[in-house]
Amino acid sequence: MSSLVTAFLVGGALCLIGQLVMDLTKPAITPGHILVGYISIGALLSGLGLYQPLVDLAGAGATVPLSGFGHTLTQGTLKAVEESGLLGAISGGVEASAAGITAAILFGYVAAVLFDPKG
Amino acid sequence: MNTSADQIKKIEAQEYEDLVSQTKPKPTLLKNCIWAFVIGGLICTLGQVILNYFIGQGLTKLDAGSATSVVLIFLAALFTGLGWYDVLGKHAGAGSIVPITGFANAIVASAMEFKREGYVFGVGARIFTVAGPTLVFGFAVSILIGLIKVVFS
Repeated sequence: MSSLVTAFLVGGALCLIGQLVMDLTKPAITPGHILVGYISIGALLSGLGLYQPLVDLAGAGATVPLSGFGHTLTQGTLKAVEESGLLGAISGGVEASAAGITAAILFGYVAAVLFDPKG
Repeated sequence: MNTSADQIKKIEAQEYEDLVSQTKPKPTLLKNCIWAFVIGGLICTLGQVILNYFIGQGLTKLDAGSATSVVLIFLAALFTGLGWYDVLGKHAGAGSIVPITGFANAIVASAMEFKREGYVFGVGARIFTVAGPTLVFGFAVSILIGLIKVVFS
């Protein structure tokens, strides 16, 4: 039960930060910029060792926001570098995030073909 | 008479605008933030429920995380197609953008709009309108960190 509460609070807080950035800088920052910013900052914080503590604390509250996707990329890269050096730096990120990326492309394509835009 | 009446009107209009600018943005910002916090928090809570289920099924933490992403992406793609996710997004703002469901939403929404350009270079290409830059920068940062580790180890 407590895992649900921390997921709600930390996940909500990460979204709140995004809302503040959008509202206080508009219209310069679009939803696309938010996604790019979150994945990049998540990957960076993960490299500095600052994102894993948040994941340990909040679980899905830290992994579901796109910054968690950046964390997955960096951790996959670092693990692969340990195993296979330079090649790992190139392959590790996609290996770790393969399920999410492939699912997004597959389900995204199928949904876009099956449904039409509303209004 | 006329000019002083105009002046009063002008002052009133100015005061009105000041009053509006003082009071209006704050409640909107607060409201937006509450919506973003609650909806974003709920999407992450749903993620935690799914994560707990997969861990209960005996998956490793890493695999359970991947499986959770796949389920959330599937749900977001479906709800975007049905037009429900955009209804949520109108109120939730960043609460519906920041979670991985927002990533899936961006993919489907931009691809759907370009169906008339065909299924290959319409839908197939526009999938990456937002996903492309997101992946480019995500990969760039993570590869850079990987290279730094290669150099310093």
